[in-house]
Amino acid sequence: MIDLNTVWFALIGVLFTGYAILDGFDLGVGVLHLFTRNDEEQRINMNAIGPIWDGNEVWLLTGGGALFAAFPPVYATVFSGYYLALILLLAALIFRAVSLEFRGKVDSPGWRRLWDWSFGLGSLLPAILFGVAVGNILRGLPIDENGMFTGSFLELLNPFSILIGVLSLFMFTMHGALYMTLKTNGSLQTRMSTWAAGAWIGFVVLYLVATIATALVSPFLFDGVLKNPLFWVLFLLLVVAVIYIPLALKGEKYFRAFMSSSITIACLVGLAAVSLYPRLVPSITKLAYSLTVYNASSTPRTLTAMLVIALIGMPIVIGYTAYVYRVFKGKTVITEESY
Amino acid sequence: MDLDPVLLARIQFAMTIGFHFIFPPVSIGLAWLLVIVEGLGWRRGDEVYFRMGKFFGKLLAITFVIGVATGIVMEFQFGTNWAEYSKFVGDIFGAPLAAEGVFAFFLESTFLGVYLFGRNKLSKGIHWFSILMVAVGATISAFWILVANSWQQTPAGFVIQHGRAELTSFSDAVFNPSTMIRFFHTIDAALITGAFVMAGVAAYLLLNKKAVDVAKKALKLSIVFGLIVSLLELFPFGHQHAVQVARTQPEKLAAIEGLIDGQTNAPMILFGVPSEDPPRLDYSVGVPGVLSWLAHGDAEAYVKGLNDFPPDETPPFWLTFVSFHSMVGLGMYFIAAMLIGAFLLYRKKLWNQRWYLRLLVVSIPLPIIACQLGWITAEVGRQPWVVYKVMKTADAISLTVSAGEILFSIILFGLIYLFLGALYIYLVVREVKRGPEAGQVEKVTT
Repeated sequence: MIDLNTVWFALIGVLFTGYAILDGFDLGVGVLHLFTRNDEEQRINMNAIGPIWDGNEVWLLTGGGALFAAFPPVYATVFSGYYLALILLLAALIFRAVSLEFRGKVDSPGWRRLWDWSFGLGSLLPAILFGVAVGNILRGLPIDENGMFTGSFLELLNPFSILIGVLSLFMFTMHGALYMTLKTNGSLQTRMSTWAAGAWIGFVVLYLVATIATALVSPFLFDGVLKNPLFWVLFLLLVVAVIYIPLALKGEKYFRAFMSSSITIACLVGLAAVSLYPRLVPSITKLAYSLTVYNASSTPRTLTAMLVIALIGMPIVIGYTAYVYRVFKGKTVITEESY
Repeated sequence: MDLDPVLLARIQFAMTIGFHFIFPPVSIGLAWLLVIVEGLGWRRGDEVYFRMGKFFGKLLAITFVIGVATGIVMEFQFGTNWAEYSKFVGDIFGAPLAAEGVFAFFLESTFLGVYLFGRNKLSKGIHWFSILMVAVGATISAFWILVANSWQQTPAGFVIQHGRAELTSFSDAVFNPSTMIRFFHTIDAALITGAFVMAGVAAYLLLNKKAVDVAKKALKLSIVFGLIVSLLELFPFGHQHAVQVARTQPEKLAAIEGLIDGQTNAPMILFGVPSEDPPRLDYSVGVPGVLSWLAHGDAEAYVKGLNDFPPDETPPFWLTFVSFHSMVGLGMYFIAAMLIGAFLLYRKKLWNQRWYLRLLVVSIPLPIIACQLGWITAEVGRQPWVVYKVMKTADAISLTVSAGEILFSIILFGLIYLFLGALYIYLVVREVKRGPEAGQVEKVTT
């Protein structure tokens, strides 16, 4: 039976999936920005996401807010536990946001180089750190019987989590490159396609390694989940989507390739969520100390009020977001409005 | 020396929210003014308003992006620095933050992109609609964040059980006794800020004979708009807020009004020199009975002073008193400045009163400072509580975060914010100096 707590677990999954897909390609474009060759390419990069990056980032904010509202102890424990990592992440996101707006404001090579680097590194760091954060959740955090985090910053940088961090870097780079194939023409488009194909190989290899590593590090994630049909549906969809990406690229069906990569990301988040459920944060200290959708939730009254807000608000959000994507679809052209 | 994590966490929060709060009032004020400007341009087909919209739209974009960038920090900061608080009140406090995301952040961020990138791509009507949605979104955002903050000031709709505050009524928590009053007070402050930014920038353009057609219309608009919103801030919004504080937070009232000992016929203090430990007010000048009348509708009524409360339940006196009175003083100045402008406009002498135009230019930062002072009054005046009479600030911090880690984040954000602040001023000044693009007529003649 699906209860309110489970509904909120799923909804937060949806918000973070939305973030990973939408800001995921923004982050990927930012990582690729480190490899751009001239001013024109840099401007195309930034303007390809210009009208939409800010809306994309809101998925993270809303996900954070929803986590706070629905599962306050998770929000409190994870964010205070991840203190230094999160401070670094926030600093990176600050630089990333302002560099888009600032770069075109002053016509000097030094100024532009500063914001190119700021945009690139401000995207690279989050692309890795989000993976590291997920890796630590999958591995389990050191949480005691009172739900208190007992670890340190350096423990968060364990080999498994770094592996997941590199995996997410490859995934977002692939996703960003696929997005750029939709936004560019000619030789630049070909290069983006090559980048996507290269990142795809890295992603697939790392994903296989990560799956084996997860089974070794966190066997509890696989307890019972293999009997869950949802797990297999997501897994099969993932396999199909991943395999289809290079086929679509070869046939120059860029939109389909991008959609496949979006589905890939959704499936990965979904698989992680299905394996974790009903835990939100497993405790590595003792599995019984884990924060779950039941011992770490808000009251049914709050969850209901929030559900009403989500059911009213999110369809409207999705509606105008789709409209805006339609308005700005097509190849990026530099005009006087551009960054 | 042992570092006090509570003090450090408070400094960290004050710094990050204080810096963030420079930008939203400017954004909200400018966004609503741009709704008028773009609307006039669209309905009248007047290209002067289009150039005005484009020019102030650039200032909005720079302001907005720093507001967004520094706002991300706020969304996570309750968890990083105030974990005990987040656990204790999360059942109530998280919902407004999530609602802000769903109803406001998506709206303003998505449509700002449309507004900035769609100027030549969309019809005038849809383009106007996009700036309207930015303004509406920013205002809804202010509403939800004030819901959250007002709940800390005047908590309602909850019960303490199972070791935490649990929601009993969502509508009581949202519309707690101070929400709407503080919402109007704050939004009006943002509109005043926008009016002074626009007026000051227009005055600068006039002084330097740049895009005079744009400057004149912008100045006229911002003075008329600014006069109305400045007057509204005195009455009803500011007045009502003071009455509400008197009713709901008597300790805060005593501190902001400088009432040390409770008395009947209590005076409204116009001036005084406050000092701390014990709270004292010297050389004070006040109007007898006014505070009693304000607080209780009766000039003879007894108003409680700071000494009527346990000393560990009253806010720091000096800072609360000084920030409140400076804010009120600035509020009076805003009315005066806009009245003079309106008078000069009426007498058709506005365009060449250089002293007045210069006054407007130097007044640009003042409403921003007033907003900061108001925020300090509200938040310092709430101390020692993080949630009034429910939870003390000292009990709210993250137990697992060390003082050293907080210090690191203070230094890091301090440096980043100094850098961003300097860049903001540099870029805005640069944009203003460049001025709006030349109109059709000027283009032909030059």
